[in-house]
Parts: sequence; structure tokens; C-alpha cells
Amino acid sequence: CRQALRSAAGPEVDFARAEREYQLYVGVLRGKLGLQVLELPADESLPDCVFVEDVAVVCEETALLTRPGAPSRRKEVEAMKKVLESLNLNIVEMVDENATLDGGDVLFTGREFFVGLSRRTNQRGAEILADTFKDYAVSTVPVHDALHLKSFCSMAGPNLIAIGSSEAAQKALKTMQQMSDHRYDKLTVPDDAAANCVYLNIPNKGHVLLHRAPEEYPESAKVFEKLKDHMLIPIANTELEKVDGALTCCSVLINKTSEL
Amino acid sequence: MTTEVGSETEVKKDSEQLGPDKAKDKPEEASETPVNQKSRETSSEEAQDSSSVPAPTSQSSPGSQKKEKASPESKGISRFLPPWLKKQKSYTLAEPKDETKKRTTGEEQVVEESEGQTSEGVAQPKKSLEEAAAENQHNVKANDKEEKHSVSSAETQPAKDGKETEVEKVAEEKEEKQEEKEKRETKEVQTVEIKTEIIPQKSPKKSKTVQCKVMLLDGTEYSCDLEKRAKGQVLFDKVCEHLNLLEKDYFGLVFYENSEQKNWLDSSKEIKRQIRSLPWIFTFNVKFYPPDPSQLTEDITRYFLCLQLRQDIASGRLPCSFVTHALLGSYTLQAELGDHDPEEHRSDYISEFQFAPNQTQEMEEKVAELHKTHRGLTPAQADSQFLENAKRLSMYGVDLHHAKDSEGVDIMLGVCANGLLIYKDRLRINRFAWPKILKISYKRSNFYIKVRPAELEQFESTIGFKLPNHRAAKRLWKVCVEHHTFFRLVSPEQPPKAKFLTLGSKFRYSGRTQAQTRQASNLIDRPAPYFERTSSKRVSRSLDGAPTGISDQSLLRGLPTTGGQAAGDKILDIEAAGQAKLKEGGEEEDGSPVKTPQLELTQDGKSSHETLDIVEEKKQAEVGIEETLVVDETNKGKMQVATDAGEACKVEHLSKKDSSSLPSDSSSSSSSSESEDEEVGEYQPHHRAIEEVIREEQEEEEDVKRKEHEEKIQHVEATAEGSKLSVPVEHTQVTTEDLVQENAVTIATEEKNLSEEIKQDLGEEKEEEQLRLNGDVSHVDIDVAPQIICCSEPPVVKTEMVTISDATQRTEISTKEVPIVQTETKTITYESPQFDGSAAGNAGVLLSAQTITSESISTTTTTHITKMVKGGVSETRIEKRIVITGDADIDHDEALAQAIKEAKEQHPDMSVTRVVVHKETELAEEDEE
Repeated sequence: CRQALRSAAGPEVDFARAEREYQLYVGVLRGKLGLQVLELPADESLPDCVFVEDVAVVCEETALLTRPGAPSRRKEVEAMKKVLESLNLNIVEMVDENATLDGGDVLFTGREFFVGLSRRTNQRGAEILADTFKDYAVSTVPVHDALHLKSFCSMAGPNLIAIGSSEAAQKALKTMQQMSDHRYDKLTVPDDAAANCVYLNIPNKGHVLLHRAPEEYPESAKVFEKLKDHMLIPIANTELEKVDGALTCCSVLINKTSEL
Repeated sequence: MTTEVGSETEVKKDSEQLGPDKAKDKPEEASETPVNQKSRETSSEEAQDSSSVPAPTSQSSPGSQKKEKASPESKGISRFLPPWLKKQKSYTLAEPKDETKKRTTGEEQVVEESEGQTSEGVAQPKKSLEEAAAENQHNVKANDKEEKHSVSSAETQPAKDGKETEVEKVAEEKEEKQEEKEKRETKEVQTVEIKTEIIPQKSPKKSKTVQCKVMLLDGTEYSCDLEKRAKGQVLFDKVCEHLNLLEKDYFGLVFYENSEQKNWLDSSKEIKRQIRSLPWIFTFNVKFYPPDPSQLTEDITRYFLCLQLRQDIASGRLPCSFVTHALLGSYTLQAELGDHDPEEHRSDYISEFQFAPNQTQEMEEKVAELHKTHRGLTPAQADSQFLENAKRLSMYGVDLHHAKDSEGVDIMLGVCANGLLIYKDRLRINRFAWPKILKISYKRSNFYIKVRPAELEQFESTIGFKLPNHRAAKRLWKVCVEHHTFFRLVSPEQPPKAKFLTLGSKFRYSGRTQAQTRQASNLIDRPAPYFERTSSKRVSRSLDGAPTGISDQSLLRGLPTTGGQAAGDKILDIEAAGQAKLKEGGEEEDGSPVKTPQLELTQDGKSSHETLDIVEEKKQAEVGIEETLVVDETNKGKMQVATDAGEACKVEHLSKKDSSSLPSDSSSSSSSSESEDEEVGEYQPHHRAIEEVIREEQEEEEDVKRKEHEEKIQHVEATAEGSKLSVPVEHTQVTTEDLVQENAVTIATEEKNLSEEIKQDLGEEKEEEQLRLNGDVSHVDIDVAPQIICCSEPPVVKTEMVTISDATQRTEISTKEVPIVQTETKTITYESPQFDGSAAGNAGVLLSAQTITSESISTTTTTHITKMVKGGVSETRIEKRIVITGDADIDHDEALAQAIKEAKEQHPDMSVTRVVVHKETELAEEDEE
């Protein structure tokens, strides 16, 4: 990931530390939560390949392979495709050359999709997503001042949107609230980056939330700690954050038992 | 009890009037021997209708009003005509039946009965038999006419007489009477009706009828004749009656100007004025998709919703994913085919169904796979599951309209329960919930919404959209008004009475709101009606036939086109187009109004300009608002409502409740405001909390009043008449005095005037029987209710029946041959003492009343639900009346016991207030010629 795209110049990524953080992330999912984790092989020619979220949107039985907004990332889709095919999902590929979509711009609430229109995702990409998941309303949300829609928000519970405090985040939240027939609860955290967390509903474990560690975002961590019904798992993500990586970026959650 | 008396008195009258009845009966009964009784019964129904007409003499009961409207001419005759007589005849003719009537707090029912009967009774007594005989022929004719009217309502569903009755108020009134009489056989009834239908043409009014076709959701076609000037409600009621649908407010009728433009038939306005030169072809559709179908009361309603959704899905209007297609398809199979049967359901069985616009082999396999997992689900359960999944689809219940935004970009406006959705291609780009919208208006081809200021903003903003033409704009506006009213308001708003405003549509939604319809359907207390789930194969076939282009388009676009229809619709369109051409067409283009070509031209010119100047429009719009407000206030007068209601009633004979609830519209409709060409329309979704609530409550009351207007009147009249009637009755039945007073009345009715001659012999026999009956009954009572039963002495009355022996003479009525049949009637009445008191206490305001009838072979159950407000406390009263009819071979006691038991199970708190055993014996073939 050393050559990973980044939105702003900054400190070098400590690769070893990034590796440790990643291993912890996988360890939690696999070991602590008992999930089956399929790891894509690392490909040094694709520096952003760790952010698997962007290349596929999986909902129920259907997987949409995206056409990432960054041309350098388009090849990442191939590895993802192989894995998803092995899972027997209905696979839809985004072939339209005018379409771009990063999974990081796709927020699925369980009832509907919000798609951020960002530098990486355009209208056409959103349309294709809407065509792929016909059951759900797909609303578009303009994203400014952030890489992805999910750079400042994510689902933190079945009906709970975690949202950052920045103006961009709040504006996007308002848009989402207006567009939805449904009323979501919101969990506002001081730090945008901390608003990106990983929520899982696991049989026998209930609500599980992976959120940024208190060492990184102490104030935001306090907010998460108020969630009484959740099993809270703090995870540090300091290194990948330097290249715009967030917690959700490193995984695609698939509700399916693999026969592999 | 007094009420009952009324009914009985009717019977008496009937007997008295038998002469006239004969004449009437002739057409129907002519050939009828005892066997014909059934037919008579049916006829009796009709007769009842007609009978209600006669009522005018004393007081116009609601029913009578209707009838009057229908057959004003017949009124005079109607007096003579004993429609009830017919009924009564059937009663008496009923051969030796024992009717045991159980009434649980039957007050209301009684009242109703009495109403109908009393009116009849009043009318009848006036006429002497002689007169009647003299006029018989006239009467007969009149009757025929009347019958026709009544029949016409019933005609649509000849076979379903029992069911039909439920729907219409008139029917209700009749029903009760009928119940007793009807029980016999529908078949005969049908024949009678048919005959009557043939006859009707003679009547002057009917001459102007038009044939209507309505495409139903199951792919079948329903057709009926309508008066040319009939309002939409009449047709809609007929269709719902045909479908046996009570929760009908979610549905509507659609007509197409062309394949794209679907218009909802406004039930408060004349059909003719809406469709203009288009053919009288309509499609029955869901108009308001209930957000939570599980809250519908009846399975049959859910079934129709399922049918609509299957169409929506198969045509591509309601997009869903592969998995959802398969899942919904599998529920469809389960509902229509039952459990998967490996023997019967081979691989191919599925391809006959259409689940999706593009159905693949893979999908069919998935459907079959899922079908197997639904084993054990009943059809109703499968439907419910279907709906539970369908309702979550994002486009469920969204009515889409093509439009352009202010920048000329193609968008779609979707109207749904929650508000207005804006789509660009398949993406939702904006949404305006109803509470956010302050005003909806259209001007020419522009459609505007005025939106509440956002949190930090100070000013309201108006957002404009450009519709393809002004009719499209108006259509969208209307749909918005209707959806807002239906889903957001407790009761409909009064349409503005634009005394000062000459411009603008006064359209308002006039039907019941969802809140009202839910309230109403809570009162539905009929046993789940039986209905057949027709296989959607049929539908699918028609869909297959549909030009794939459309569905494909919608698919590609992702957005169902507004006009996207099932194949059936298209066919209609084609026909429509054809007709239009025939009629010199040109109208259908762009849906521009034919009438005012000039206006339109100017409009078009303007509109192009105006679209650009949205700002200007805003200003205008706001001015408009103020005006509308003023208008609103001025409109609050209730007086008009009442009068309107009256008028409405008169105008729409058949539309009972609906017509009455729509009075204001009727008034507006009567004015010239109907034109579809209005350039401007405004509607302000009101969200005023208290004020509105109050007003709405008032309105509700008014509504109720209006709705039950007729009924109320009937009630009042009924009692009044009842008392009056009772007097004459007593006179007639001097001999019968022994009979218990109240009961006596009832009994009296059944007795013919000849009752004076009581045969003691028979009396003895009867007594024995009575004893037996008493014992049994009391037994029953023990099961049911602790209270009860004063046993009236069984009066034995000889009844004279008039039978018309000429079967052939239906049209012509030769009254001369009147065979007299003596019938012995025995009535035993058991009443709980409490009954009287409660009957007296009914001084409250009637909120709503509903009568539901169900029938089995020998049993008729009438459920009458009434809501009263007494001193601020609302009271809901459910009365069940169970009538068991049949010949000797039925064990009445057992049947009665069973019926009571069932009723008791349904309503544990129920008490049995009255048991009437009515026995009729035909004595008399001797007397016959």
C-alpha cells in the first residue's frame, strides 16, 4: 500500500504497523466473531487493493462489481470477481464506460441505498446500482469535502446512522433524512473519521460494532461507549487512515455461508 | 318490539294487498306455484325496492328517495303497489316454513326492518284491496319499472343476490326483509331479475342507458348498463358489489385517453362528463396502495391488492429484483395452486404464469424451489406473505408522472402515501413529505409545490415542474390532492366554493380517507366471504400479449411510465382510440380538451412563456393562496352540506353511502366546474392541528349524518310510522287481540287480514308444536344467554295468499285470476324483557350503521352494526339476526341452537333478546280455482 492513492500528502505509512492493524482487524472478524474471512491475495501492482469495499457492493444474493472511480483501481475488480463467483452470488458487472462507482460511496441502511455522488462516483454508476438492486430505493447524496460518502458516516445499528460533525457530514445527513421515508436514529460523533465503523449483527452475539480506538479518537470513542446494546470492539486504523482508509474499507460483508 | 310490529304490520298489509300483489306477482309469480316462492322471494327483494319507493306517501325514507329518483312516475303507482306485499307473499307463500329468528339486541335491526316495512305498511294500508285490484295492472307496470330499477342494481350480479344486498343500503333494507324470504333459492331470483331486466326498457328513464365495460383485476370483464347521466359512484358501487368488496376505498376506476394517460373516474361526477366521447370502458384498479396491507380487514381486499400488484410486477411497473420476483412468484403459486405437488406440478407448470416482465428459466426454477418451501400456507396466508414482501419494494404505491425540472431535465414525479418523490432515471433525487408541502398547484402545464422553509431558511420556496401538457399537470395535481387527503387527513376537505374565484379547479378528494375507511372496516363483521382465486395464468396470458416494448421500456428506464399498463389496458386504449377517431377524434391528442380548443391554444402559447418565468408564477401563486383561504372560510357553512346531501341522494339512486358522503362534490359537479380544462388549481395540504381536528370532527359527523342520512330518516320514520301503523293494524286484527301486543304486531304482519278466522283445530296442533318449540328454544337459550323469554301465545291465523297462476303473463298483468291460498301462520316470539328498555333509549346520534348479510342454505345471518353517540359516549352496537328458514325437513331447533352457539362464540357478551318462531302452513289448495 505504499503507493496507495491518497487525497493529501502526509506522513509515510508505517507498513509494519499497517500490517499489524490489518491482522488485528481480520483476527477480530475471524477469531473473535467467528466469521469466515476470505482474504484476497495482495497484489503489489494494485496499491489500493486492501480497500476491497470499493470494488463490490453485495446485498443479499446479489453482488455488483463496481467500476472504481480511480482508473488505477479498475483491475482490483478481477480478484474480487473470482471470489464472489466462488460464493455463488448473482454477479452484476458495471460495464458502462461512463459509469463510476466506489463502494465507499454506497451506504446500505437495510431499507434503502444512499449513494454519494463524489469524485469517485457518478450518476451513471448510481443508476446501475439502482438497476441492480431494484427492490430498494436508491437516493443520491452529493458529497463534498470528503473522498467518499462513508468517509464520514456508516451504519452503527439496524436503524442507526453514525455521522461525523463536520459541515459536510451534517449536510449529507440532512439530505439523507429528507430523502428517506424512514426515520433513522443518528449517532453523532465529533470526528468524521470515527463515524466510519463496522456494524455486524451476528447470531448469538447480537449487535457488534467495530469502532475506532480511544487512543485515536477519544471523544468519539466515548460516544460509542454509550451504546449499551452493542458489543464494542475498538480497532486502531492509524496507518491506513493516512491513505484515506477507513474501517469499512477493508472488508465486504457478505451474509452467506461459503461452501469453500 | 314496536319496530318489529312495524314489520309484521307490513306483512299484514301484504296480505291485505294481496290483491294488488297478485297483479304484481303475476309477472313473476304467474306460473309460480308454491315452488315459485323462491322466485317470489327474489322478486320480493325487488319488490322491496319498489316498496320503498311507495313510501313517499308518508315520508321519504332514504331508500324511498332513491327509488323516487329512479322511478318518480312509479311513485303514485307505488302506493298501490305492494312491493313488500310481494315480499310478504313470499313470506306467506313460503309454504310451511318455520322461521326461528334469533335476535340479539335486535333493536336496530328491528328498526330498520320496521322502517322499510313500515313505510310499506303505511302505504299499503291506505289502499284498499279493491283499489289495488283495480289498479293492479297499473301497479304491476309500475312495479316492473321499480323492479327494474332495483333489479338494475342487482342485475349485475344476478346469481349473488344475497351478497349484493350487502353492498347497497337499499339492499340492506331489503335484505332484512329478504332474508326471511330470500332464503329459498337464488336461481329463481335470477330468473325473475332477468325478466325484469327485459321489462325495464319500457320505463322512460331507463331508455337512456349505456353499456359499460369494466376490466377487472382477475382479467375478466364486467359489464352493466348505466344511466347515461350516472355518476362514477354508481358504476363503482356496482363493480364493488359484483366483486363483493367492502373495503373499496382503496380502489378506483380508470379510463384511458390514450395508452399513456390514465384518468381516475371521479365518483362524484357524471361519468359522461368525464369520459366525454371515449368509450365506456374502464379498468378497476387499486388507487391507494395501503402502506400496511396487513391492516386491511378482509382477505378478499388483500386478494384484489395482490392481483393488482401481480399486474404491476409482471408489467414492469413495479420493479423488483430477481430474488424478489422469485419469492413473490412462489407465493402466487402457493395462493393459487396450493401446496407444491410433485406429481401434478411438473417442470412446466410454472411457465404458464408470468411473474416478471422478463421471465427466465432460471427464475422459474427458483420460483418452483421456493414454492416447495411454502407448504401448508393457506391462500390467504400466501397472499399476506406476498404483500408483506411487496410492500417493501421501493416503488410500491408510487404513482409516477413524467415531467421536466426547471432546467428541462427529464424527471419523474412519484406520488405516494408519504409525499412526493422526485426521480431522475431510477434514482431518487428528492423527496417532499406531505408535511413539508404547503401548497400544491398547477397552472397550465406547470405543476408547483410550495415547500415549507428549511430549518435555517426564512422563506418558503416554490418548486415548479413542467408537465407534458396541462391535462397531465391537472392529473398530477389531482392525484396529489387525493393522496394527501386519503393518507394524511382524518376526513376529506370540503371543496372550495369559489364564489368569488371564477378560475380554478374545485376538485377535492371526496371519498373516504384511509382513517375513515379503516374505521369503517373495523365494523365489518361478516364472515369472510368466499371468493375464487382465479389463476393468474389468465392474466399472464394477456400480459404476454402485451407489446413487450412497453414493459421493456420501463425496465430499461427503470422507471415505470405513468401510463404503463397491463395488456388489458392497452387493448382498451386501442379501442378508445378507435372510438375517438370515429367521433372525429382529435381530442385525444395530448389529452387537450376538445371543448375549448381556443383556450388551449392560448394556453399553450402562454405556457411556454410561463415555464420560463417561474418567479412570476410564484407571485401569482401566492396571491392565489390568500384567495383560496378566504374561500375556504366562506365554505364552512354546513347548511349547504345538508342540502347537498339531500340532492346527492336524489341524484344517485343507487349510490348509498358514497353519494351521501360526497354531497359537496355533487353540488360542485352540478355547477360547470367539472370541466377538465381548468387551467389552474390549488390545494393546500392543511396540517392545522386543533382547528382542523375540530373541523374534521364536525365534518365527520356531518359525513356520518350524510351517510346515514337516509338511514336515520328511515329510523325516525320507521318508528313514527311504526306507531302509526300499529294503530291500523290493531284495527284490522280485532280478532287477533289475544296475541301478545308487541308480538301481536309481528304476528299480525304475517297473518293475512283473514286472520280473524282462527281455526281452533289448527290452534291445537300449533300449540303442541309450540310447546315443543318452547322447550327446544329454552334449551338453546340456556346455552346462550341466561335471560329471556317470554313466550307469546301462538296465534293461529289463516292467511290468504294470492297466487297468480299465469306464468306466462309477466309483462301483461291480468289480475283477475287470483287464486286464494290459505296459509296458516304461527309465530312464537320470545323476548328478553330488557329489550324494551334499550329500545327506548336510542336517543343518541347515529354515527354509522352497517348491515352485513351472509347466507347459508337455510340460514341467513344479518349483522347490523350501529355506532351511536349518546351524550358524548359512543356506543357500538352489534346486532345479529339469524333467520333459519326451510321446510319441515330442516331441524330448526338444531339449526337455531347452532346459530346461536356460533354467534355466541363470536361475541361472548352477546345476549339473546328475541326468538321468534314463525310457522306457516298452507291450507288451501281447496280455495284455488
